[in-house]
Amino acid sequence: MDLAFTPEERAFADEVRAYVRANLPADVRDKVASGKHLTRDDHMRWQQALGRKGWLVYTWPKKHGGPGFTPAQRYIFENVCAEENAPGIVPFGTKMVGPVIYTFASDELKQKHLPSIREGKMWWCQGYSEPGSGSDLASLRTRAERQGDHYVVNGSKTWNTLGHWADWIFCLVRTDPKAKPQEGISFLLIDMKTPGITVKPIVMVDGGHEVNEIFFDNVKVPVTNLVGKEGEGWTYAKFLLANERLGIAAVPQSKRGVEALKDIARAELDGGKPLIENTGFREKIADLELQVTALEYTELRVLSAMAQGDAPGAEASGLKIRGSEIQQRITELTLEAVGEYAAPYLPGLLWQGSNEAPVGPEYAHLAAPRYFNTRKTTIYGGSNEIQKGIISKMVLGL
Amino acid sequence: MKLALDAGHRAFADEVRAFVRANLSPATRAKTVSGRHYDREDHMAWQRALGARGWFAYTWPKKHGGPGWDVTQRFLFENVLAEEGAPRILPFGVKMVGPVIYTFGTDAQKDQFLGPIRDSSVAWCQGYSEPGAGSDLANLRTKAVRDGDHYVVSGQKTWTSFAHWADWMFCLARTDPDAKVQQGISFLLIDMKSPGVTVRPIIMTDGAHHVNDVFLDNVRVPVANRIGEEGAGWTCAKFLLANERLGIAEVAASKRGVRALREIARAEPNAGRTMADDPGFAAGLADLDLQLQALEMSELRALSAMAQGGAPGPEVSTLKIRGSEIQQRIAELAMEAVGEYAQPFQPGLLFHESNDTPVGRDHAPPAAPRYFNMRKTSIYGGTNEIQKNIVSKMVLGL
Amino acid sequence: MDLSYSDEQKALQEGVERFVREKYVFDTRRKIAASERGWLPDNWAQFAELGWLGMSFSEDDGGLGGGALETSILMEQFGKGLVLEPFLPTVVLGGGLLAAGGSAAQKQALLAPMIEGKKQFALAWLERQSRYNLADVSLKATKEGAGWSLSGHKGVVYNAASADTIFVLARTSGGARDEKGLTLFAVDGKAKGLSRRDYPTQDSLRASELTLDKVSVGADAVVGAVDGAFPLVEGTVDRAIVALCAEAVGCMDAINAATLEYIKTRKQFGVPIGKFQVLQHRMVDCFTNAQEARSMALMAALKIDDADATVRAKAASGAKVQIGKSGKFCGQSAVQMHGGMGVTDELSVSHYFKRLTMIDLMFGNQQHHLTRYSNLAMAA
Repeated sequence: MDLAFTPEERAFADEVRAYVRANLPADVRDKVASGKHLTRDDHMRWQQALGRKGWLVYTWPKKHGGPGFTPAQRYIFENVCAEENAPGIVPFGTKMVGPVIYTFASDELKQKHLPSIREGKMWWCQGYSEPGSGSDLASLRTRAERQGDHYVVNGSKTWNTLGHWADWIFCLVRTDPKAKPQEGISFLLIDMKTPGITVKPIVMVDGGHEVNEIFFDNVKVPVTNLVGKEGEGWTYAKFLLANERLGIAAVPQSKRGVEALKDIARAELDGGKPLIENTGFREKIADLELQVTALEYTELRVLSAMAQGDAPGAEASGLKIRGSEIQQRITELTLEAVGEYAAPYLPGLLWQGSNEAPVGPEYAHLAAPRYFNTRKTTIYGGSNEIQKGIISKMVLGL
Repeated sequence: MKLALDAGHRAFADEVRAFVRANLSPATRAKTVSGRHYDREDHMAWQRALGARGWFAYTWPKKHGGPGWDVTQRFLFENVLAEEGAPRILPFGVKMVGPVIYTFGTDAQKDQFLGPIRDSSVAWCQGYSEPGAGSDLANLRTKAVRDGDHYVVSGQKTWTSFAHWADWMFCLARTDPDAKVQQGISFLLIDMKSPGVTVRPIIMTDGAHHVNDVFLDNVRVPVANRIGEEGAGWTCAKFLLANERLGIAEVAASKRGVRALREIARAEPNAGRTMADDPGFAAGLADLDLQLQALEMSELRALSAMAQGGAPGPEVSTLKIRGSEIQQRIAELAMEAVGEYAQPFQPGLLFHESNDTPVGRDHAPPAAPRYFNMRKTSIYGGTNEIQKNIVSKMVLGL
Repeated sequence: MDLSYSDEQKALQEGVERFVREKYVFDTRRKIAASERGWLPDNWAQFAELGWLGMSFSEDDGGLGGGALETSILMEQFGKGLVLEPFLPTVVLGGGLLAAGGSAAQKQALLAPMIEGKKQFALAWLERQSRYNLADVSLKATKEGAGWSLSGHKGVVYNAASADTIFVLARTSGGARDEKGLTLFAVDGKAKGLSRRDYPTQDSLRASELTLDKVSVGADAVVGAVDGAFPLVEGTVDRAIVALCAEAVGCMDAINAATLEYIKTRKQFGVPIGKFQVLQHRMVDCFTNAQEARSMALMAALKIDDADATVRAKAASGAKVQIGKSGKFCGQSAVQMHGGMGVTDELSVSHYFKRLTMIDLMFGNQQHHLTRYSNLAMAA
């Protein structure tokens, strides 16, 4: 056991840093540093830059075209990218459907989709939740009926993140309505340009549009787009969710978030002195930083166990719980640091990239929308209540 | 609506204060101030003094021999007693079984029992919990079998506070094993001198002996000692529990606790000054003080509603929850203020009239034992989890 | 001691409850929020007609002789409906400053027409560096003939765009953050040299940044004593805090009611999610938090007129701590129990959540008031 990095690992960190500095577009970096919203093109430019280097799918094994990083390399890669203000990698293709495809799908589907995911050329989105199926995902009702070489899909999906930017969607659909809820489900890949698909925006608490409802009206999907076997979709869904929970802890992003918070606390005044000199506030930041450290070491332990061949288990649920709470706490303390100057709401600046000057410093008007928006982290990817249910059942045997 | 006291109430408070100063033994008072344990006579002598003045049954209406005080008088009485360092009134007779007897008992029972409760010539204890019936009280198994004019009672009660001091016990026993769980229970009064009653101490985490196991081995109890109908015991029990939850918030005692804590903080050194000067500790103490004020106002609101004719409702459960949390928090902060000097264990000082001198300051020896002991407050009288279930069901309709 | 409402107070409560029920349906509110002014003059006229604008002022000042409790009764119901009309800046702050510190002439010229619904006010105290310190004021007022000239910046001034008169807290002597040396000026909302940048706030109210460039006012614009405005402003802000606490109590009752209804009807795993104990206990915690908030808001309303200044300050700060704590707990829990729906703009919960969040930030957050309370309590 050794916490220190080897010379090779240090060299790797330098290599990653040099690559990020040379290839991350400056405008994208600045937007991330100041907490602004990114466009589709911003994401694509960065992901394709990583794709060219073979690092976009940095969690994939070599045999599927990934770089085959060790746990230490993954850790270094994620941290350096975050430190250098690179955008988070959009997970739907690389971390969600990609591993499902290379683990369960036909060779034909692998050849069709894996290269474009590796290169960051296709935008994927996720069709899981439905209006009546949130925490109880297995009660989903979107129907896929076999008609010759096609499935005909009808129904609706909700809480679909960034589907308005997507080329493809991976979807859980019910192929056998008579089977038990978890047994009649299949995993389908659907081209978003297929006739019959409608994307309807959902406006969020912060006034932004990042999620959608998606309606399927007699959408014809070739049977060849079925991943694995019909009726086995729930197995693949669980595999995906376990993978998702790991990355969802967002430790490197939170580390950067804590640093940004400190910068804000140094810039904000309290009684003529920097806010960071206020004992009460400084101790809150310290407490948060320690929570992040505890989470980081827990994640490292899980990654290390995975490197020994263990699959990410239900312990990953614990990472999701703490990780999401920490993300929320960062925004909560940022809001507290900004104080009354969090009140102005400037939608033009927030959403349309207008040129109006912010009221107060740039970070101030972002503080409240971000705090409101980040409430989602304890809800999505399986609410924290559901995660605790999983741990209680799978780890504690209750 | 007003918080201020009128002249009559101010005079009443003065009268109570003068009475306490004249009648509370200085030795008993000293135990309160230093946080040491009382013996039976500390309690009984003080309660008899109150009884002689007609104030012991201070929550009772006039027609049952109480003083018939209004809400404000009760409030003042409790607060003055706590401020002057009187021991808390042992509730088993006067607050628990007394109201059950005057509400559900026969005239003969009232004549026999109410007088000795009012003047505190008899000590009571409560036979509710059993080894297999804690939170799930209705699951109790102590059985009472009818034999002519008597019940023959067999079984075991546990967590019985001060059974080793008690003359009488009120008890829930199963008289009909075939009825539904809550319907076969009766409410019995048992003379602790009856053959077959055995009391066994349970020593608590802080070394104290407050609670006991009580074994009942074919104890013969006259049928005349049953309160209410056979099988109606659960009604009496629920009535009693609702009354108990109101007093159990212990607001007046906690107010004294917060004042004492403030003194401890002013006395304890910290970085060349005192704990009272430490912003973090002071903020914690201020927060506690405010929680207690909120609780007090909530209790006053509940009492005021009762004075308008309402019965104490299930929302009273929230007072028990917060009251117990506050008692625990006082003990927690006191231990924090004492710091390393909380470590020496000096039972002689705590339980006996020993002349041992404290290793640290006078307030140091009880700090840790009290912290350990106070964990009970969120467990007894129906755990806080059970209280939340009650509110959830009865108030929120969930 | 007596904790029951009088018949008049009960009638007031029923009246304002009815107004909110009829005039503040959620979709109506959405329309009002989207309008340019951000509030409805018709509603304001009705407030005046019903006597609500003068409810808490003395009869000598042309009011109905109520007090903090009447203000709280109104504000609690306004909180339930997320009412947008600028009652706090105009009546509680502006009116409160005039009642406590205004000359007879100022009361005649400003307070009387405000009570009739004909004048709107704003209080400009905050500056970029002030955080929650009312004395951290650098906007300068210098003598100019018989009058004064004001120059500097003020931030997040609620209702400035609608205000006929803006009360500007300025430094006339002393150093940064000295409590002594502050003077309050009644400045015409359209005064020469006063410019505004208007914007909506997170919770759909209206506020502005103000720049004052040599704004000239007469000697009669001074409210209260020259160099002596601090106690006046602090006292009035404490009263506004008590009013805000009552508003927050209304918000909490509403958000808890919405959440309770949601978890009783939303089904997952074949049952209403309110059948899960983990949600039941969280809902109970929400209920308890709202009870405590109500208790502390009531305590503060009953103590804010106490003769002892320390008692008043402790009451306001104490209640604000509780409201910050309970508001955050109820708001965050409501969103969590609503799941994805809680973070959409569609349902009322997210709007209550935003208002509760902003209430914590106004006039000092939970931490600020805990420190203030702690200092006062330890000194005692």
